[in-house]
Amino acid sequence: MLNVKNLHVKVEDKNILNGIDLQVNAGEVHAIMGPNGSGKSTLSNVLAGRDGYEITDGKVTYLAQDLLNMAPDERARAGIFLAFQYPVEIPGVNNMYMLKAAVNARRKQQGLPEVDAMDFLAMVKNRMRELKMDEKYLSRDVNSGFSGGEKKRNEILQMLMLEPQLAILDETDSGLDIDALKVVAEGINALRSPERAIIMVTHYQRLLDYVKPDFVHVLSEGRIVRSGTAELALELEKLGYSWIAEEAAE
Amino acid sequence: MSQNNPSLDALLARDYEHGFVTDIESDRLPNGLNEDIIRAISAKKNEPEFLLQWRLKAFHHWLTMTEPHWSHIYYPPIDYQAVSYYSAPKSKADAPKSLDEVDPELLATYAKLGIPLKEQEMLAGVAVDAVFDSVSVATTFKSKLAEKGIIFCSFSEAVHEYPELIEQYLGSVVPYTDNFYASLNSAVFSDGSFVYIPKGVRCPMELSTYFRINAASTGQFERTLIIADEGSYVSYLEGCTAPKRDENQLHAAVVELIALEKATIKYSTVQNWYPGDKDGKGGIYNFVTKRGDCRGSNSKISWTQVETGSAITWKYPSVVLRGDNSIGEFYSVALTNNRQQADTGTKMIHLGKNTRSTIISKGISAGYGQNTYRGLVKIAKSAVNARNYTQCDSLLMSDKCGAHTFPYIEVKNPTAKVEHEASTSKISEDQLFYLLQRGLTTEDAVSMIVNGFCKQVIRELPMEFAVEAQKLLGISLEGAVG
Repeated sequence: MLNVKNLHVKVEDKNILNGIDLQVNAGEVHAIMGPNGSGKSTLSNVLAGRDGYEITDGKVTYLAQDLLNMAPDERARAGIFLAFQYPVEIPGVNNMYMLKAAVNARRKQQGLPEVDAMDFLAMVKNRMRELKMDEKYLSRDVNSGFSGGEKKRNEILQMLMLEPQLAILDETDSGLDIDALKVVAEGINALRSPERAIIMVTHYQRLLDYVKPDFVHVLSEGRIVRSGTAELALELEKLGYSWIAEEAAE
Repeated sequence: MSQNNPSLDALLARDYEHGFVTDIESDRLPNGLNEDIIRAISAKKNEPEFLLQWRLKAFHHWLTMTEPHWSHIYYPPIDYQAVSYYSAPKSKADAPKSLDEVDPELLATYAKLGIPLKEQEMLAGVAVDAVFDSVSVATTFKSKLAEKGIIFCSFSEAVHEYPELIEQYLGSVVPYTDNFYASLNSAVFSDGSFVYIPKGVRCPMELSTYFRINAASTGQFERTLIIADEGSYVSYLEGCTAPKRDENQLHAAVVELIALEKATIKYSTVQNWYPGDKDGKGGIYNFVTKRGDCRGSNSKISWTQVETGSAITWKYPSVVLRGDNSIGEFYSVALTNNRQQADTGTKMIHLGKNTRSTIISKGISAGYGQNTYRGLVKIAKSAVNARNYTQCDSLLMSDKCGAHTFPYIEVKNPTAKVEHEASTSKISEDQLFYLLQRGLTTEDAVSMIVNGFCKQVIRELPMEFAVEAQKLLGISLEGAVG
């Protein structure tokens, strides 16, 4: 589904990613771990097409398309979803209105008719119950006045409504208490299916206790220095990132 | 962050949607302005002597005045002698009695603008007094309004049918000496709308007029007069679009509102005159004087405007809060893109006791657009316990545009409470990317953010107008983040 080859990325003349290779197939869940500054968020943002990153080398293919040549909204409509580390507030824009516009943009791309307002409402309310979200968030402005945890749940709600092919979760677990973490993890697990792939970018092991990854990659100084199965994450938890860095330096 | 977003640049290049010219023979006076022209206008309209005299007084006063240049707008000098001051579609001679008699080409023009009269009659319940160039050509729902004693007609018709109301109220809010453009309008105004709501009557529908400039280099000098008698209510909608033209077109309208005791007037405008091309060529010069007089106690006047068009916008819809406990409101969205310039705001003149006013102004600047909020809050000595709340927000969409705020506050009574809040922000890349990542196109994302920014104003518009206004904001945002 996603094939990243030798990806090099610069931000303001500073090399951040120094040759990333990553193969993600449908049905797989990948965890990308690494210390602060290792390039985790840069990778998420580059895959989603955010401005401000200079790609100096490499190639990314997504469903046989050249991903790097697609505009961010084209990528989204092609099924790539990024759950933001810091979801932005948009004053005056109703949460449900935005969500409906997003769902319809995706449906239009798939050649489906716009979703019926009543069906949509029923669907959203269902999903919100699963995420233990109060319905009042629907009538609020996008992320406005939401707590950190509420913002993250709102991201997962959007993800579940948009049913992406490839979901990228950028530090979705950060700032969540244990109850919220469980709810968010359930949301992610609900999305798992043989047709979809999920990339979880995280600093800590704890999300992986609830969403078991098929593969774990360790990022350090813009390179994947170790890849393995879920056991690798446990090892990291025990030994810390310095162990990886030392090993990479050897 | 990169400076340019290619999809935004593509939006920037989009053309004005309503640019077309309908081919209808015009009955047009030669260019220039002198006493003979004014007599000719008055004679063409078969006006009573008092009105001709009023026009002439205005003209002679205008000759003593000079064009104001205190506003933050720049344009080449206007040659007032190169303008034709009267133009009417030919079909006016045998005025149509129903839509069937209206020139089909006119109707087609409205259809192109997305405002089919027939559909509106049936669906929206809106009575439309349509001004095409300067003469009203179609009026609907008249009989239904007449049942309630409501008068809604063209200004010319009112001059003939209700001369005593015209004589009593014309110029009583905006005198012919008021300002350069108001004096010019008083001398040469061609037509407009007249509304009278009798005592205790709540107007059962939104009253609406669509203005349109068509003939080349014809000044558009509309005159609107709305009188809400004691305890009455009316909501009036004004919307404009204009066809594409290369020459600048002068537009100097005057709107006067009078609210007597316990009366409420709600006046909503969506202004979409041709803004000129992306280099600032062409476009309407819109110099408008709008003022409401809360003449009776407990009366209320509310202005809501969405200004997206015109090369130059110069307008300050104001309220004189004369009656005790009267309320004045001003809700405004002004959007300038490319080379557009807007200097707009309001004046709230508090004279009566316990008078209250609210000002919400949202300025959006894109491209090289210059957007100025200019507002005056004046609390007279007589205005005990007056209150004002002002909020001015500016949104910048590029690094070449400008937002300026000139709030003037004059307080002569120590019991007054005046609050002013202002903010200026740049459209956020983070917000834009967030919506793009959710699959919205750049166009839809910008439109959504901007409409969110303007929500406080848009929600004051009547339903059918709110939808049009939201669409218009999207359409007008041909420039964005830079």
